[in-house]
Amino acid sequence: MRPINSKITQIVEETPSIRTFRFDTSLDDAQPGQFVMVWVRGVDEVPMGCSFKNGITVQKVGDATSRLFEMKEGDSVGLRGPFGKGFTLPAKDENILIIAGGVGVAPLGPLADEAASVGAKVTTILGARTESELVFEQRFSEAGDVHVTTDDGSAGTCGFVTTVLAEMDVSEYDRICVCGPEIMMFNVLKMLEEKGAHDRAEFSLHRYFKCAIGVCGACCMDHEGLRVCKDGPVLNGSLLLDSEFGNYKRSSSSQRVKV
Amino acid sequence: MVKITGIEFRNPTILASGIMGTTGASLVRMANSGAGAVVTKSIGPEPKIGHPNPSMVKLDCGFLNAMGLPNPSYADFDNEIKIAKEGADVPVIASIFGGNAEEFVRVAEGLADAKPDAFELNVSCPHAEGYGATIGTDSCMVEAITAAVCDSVDVPVWVKLTPNVTDIKSIGKAAENGGAAAVVAINTLRGMAIDIYSGYPILGNRFGGLSGSAVKPVAIKCVYDLYEALDIPVIGVGGVSSWEDAVEMIMAGASAVQIGSAVHEGVEVFGDIATGIDQFLQNNGYAGVEDITGLAHEVI
Ligand SMILES: Cc1cc2nc3c(=O)[nH]c(=O)nc-3n(C[C@H](O)[C@H](O)[C@H](O)COP(=O)(O)OP(=O)(O)OC[C@H]3O[C@@H](n4cnc5c(N)ncnc54)[C@H](O)[C@@H]3O)c2cc1C
Ligand SMILES: Cc1cc2nc3c(=O)[nH]c(=O)nc-3n(C[C@H](O)[C@H](O)[C@H](O)COP(=O)(O)O)c2cc1C
Ligand code: FES
Repeated sequence: MRPINSKITQIVEETPSIRTFRFDTSLDDAQPGQFVMVWVRGVDEVPMGCSFKNGITVQKVGDATSRLFEMKEGDSVGLRGPFGKGFTLPAKDENILIIAGGVGVAPLGPLADEAASVGAKVTTILGARTESELVFEQRFSEAGDVHVTTDDGSAGTCGFVTTVLAEMDVSEYDRICVCGPEIMMFNVLKMLEEKGAHDRAEFSLHRYFKCAIGVCGACCMDHEGLRVCKDGPVLNGSLLLDSEFGNYKRSSSSQRVKV
Repeated sequence: MVKITGIEFRNPTILASGIMGTTGASLVRMANSGAGAVVTKSIGPEPKIGHPNPSMVKLDCGFLNAMGLPNPSYADFDNEIKIAKEGADVPVIASIFGGNAEEFVRVAEGLADAKPDAFELNVSCPHAEGYGATIGTDSCMVEAITAAVCDSVDVPVWVKLTPNVTDIKSIGKAAENGGAAAVVAINTLRGMAIDIYSGYPILGNRFGGLSGSAVKPVAIKCVYDLYEALDIPVIGVGGVSSWEDAVEMIMAGASAVQIGSAVHEGVEVFGDIATGIDQFLQNNGYAGVEDITGLAHEVI
């Protein structure tokens, strides 16, 4: 598909470095965990989880995201998607645990909304460096219970999402859905493996995308050659044990780099 | 079983270069999904990050891409070939590129230790300045580079041709004269798409290469012409996404077919096409692919 010309209709400042952009384009068939390619014309095209059917939530890190942060309501970008495989859709009366770190909230927000709307029970562990970096706290509380953690203790439990997870009985949950920095997700996976729950866990991964449609192989992971853009970005924990996950990834020239 | 340039393939479908070919593990996955052989991403002398995105878009008629030959360089890639050779029970062909004969030789020698079953010279990428088609449109350079690589390695050398020339036969001849064991045709056709709402060319590199169904008739004609002009085998590539497409390509003169863009529909495409070709041969009383290679030349 060609990029859909999409006008920014609303910009919400979530934290000093994270903003939500809403568009006049709504990808109504987007499932929680799927992503769009956001074409910041003249700069780059980058993957972003759909945090709403018509919105993305972006952390400013480099060229494309900085240019996006200069944009105003009424400016436009090109959107292609939704692409990839999202989270397993929650069913009524299921018990779902969401673990989100930093901008990892983006694909998990719609999952929490969806789970609550079908009558699943949602519990969220929401982590950030500090209180002002917490995103979607209100949104997750509307879907269920929220346990906040901050690295500096400025809100909720002082520590990491794993500090809260360690105290939990994960056998209660039908599914555990995770997104955040890879090291955080890797520590969660190891903890869940010890508790025998890794095959009930789903992780939304981050790899360098070029084609984003499952052809070029830039995003392939060892040792199964899974394509994060097409077989993922959401992958079951059992697929990630004994993979490169938590260890290394590929740069834009496909060289191995440490996570 | 198909034998081309002395190498045995379990079936005539081959993974095309640049598709799922940047890691050893992904090459193994393609072999496991049924490919009779796999070709790596084109590897060059230095690490290259490629062009900015968008680097690939699906259009109504096919795909446009301008990856810009991203690759980790031969120094970092020999390990991936080793992984592919260990894990895949099919031949592994190393696609290489360079800006001149010396660079091609440096890359080929650098990868020789990893023991690829053949080298495929990319003198045909349409959108990498100083590489690919810049060389592949000049028959003298094609001959010189082919000869230099053939001298420096002891496995067969295939040369992948660009359709962006007036006369592909003369370039094919140059490859043959240089010692190529086979030619591979075709790489992508130069193309471009523009976003009418902003006026921006869609690809980060502005223009790129067209692949997929749209290029099949062009590829069939190139294979047909090369089959007539050359004594070495022709490997067909461009727009093959079904067994019917593959049979058509073989009848034009291909000894085997490579498959690229069709992986978009699913990695099972290799197994499906190989089975389809087998069925077709059986149903029509042909003993093997050789029986129909170039058939379109004989009937008239
Ligand atoms: C499936 C997926 C979903 C994502 N969802 C979100 C999200 O909802 N919100 C958010 O803020 N970020 C998200 N990201 C990360 C986001 O894509 C990068 O932060 C963004 O590309 C940075 O672009 P840049 O030009 O500003 O940075 P650059 O200066 O170009 O690079 C900074 C870093 O960003 C990453 N990056 C750059 N280009 C790409 C690319 N083409 N593919 C993958 N990573 C790239 C690399 O890790 C790079 O080191 C997601 C990534 C993936 C793979
Ligand atoms: C994303 C992409 C990357 C490619 N990269 C290379 C490459 O590195 N080297 C090469 O010789 N051909 C490359 N090609 C060309 C293909 O190998 C093939 O010749 C072309 O796509 C036509 O075949 P198809 O229609 O089956 O895709 C690439 C094609 C695509 C779509
Ligand atoms: S980015 Fe091309 S296959 Fe995933």
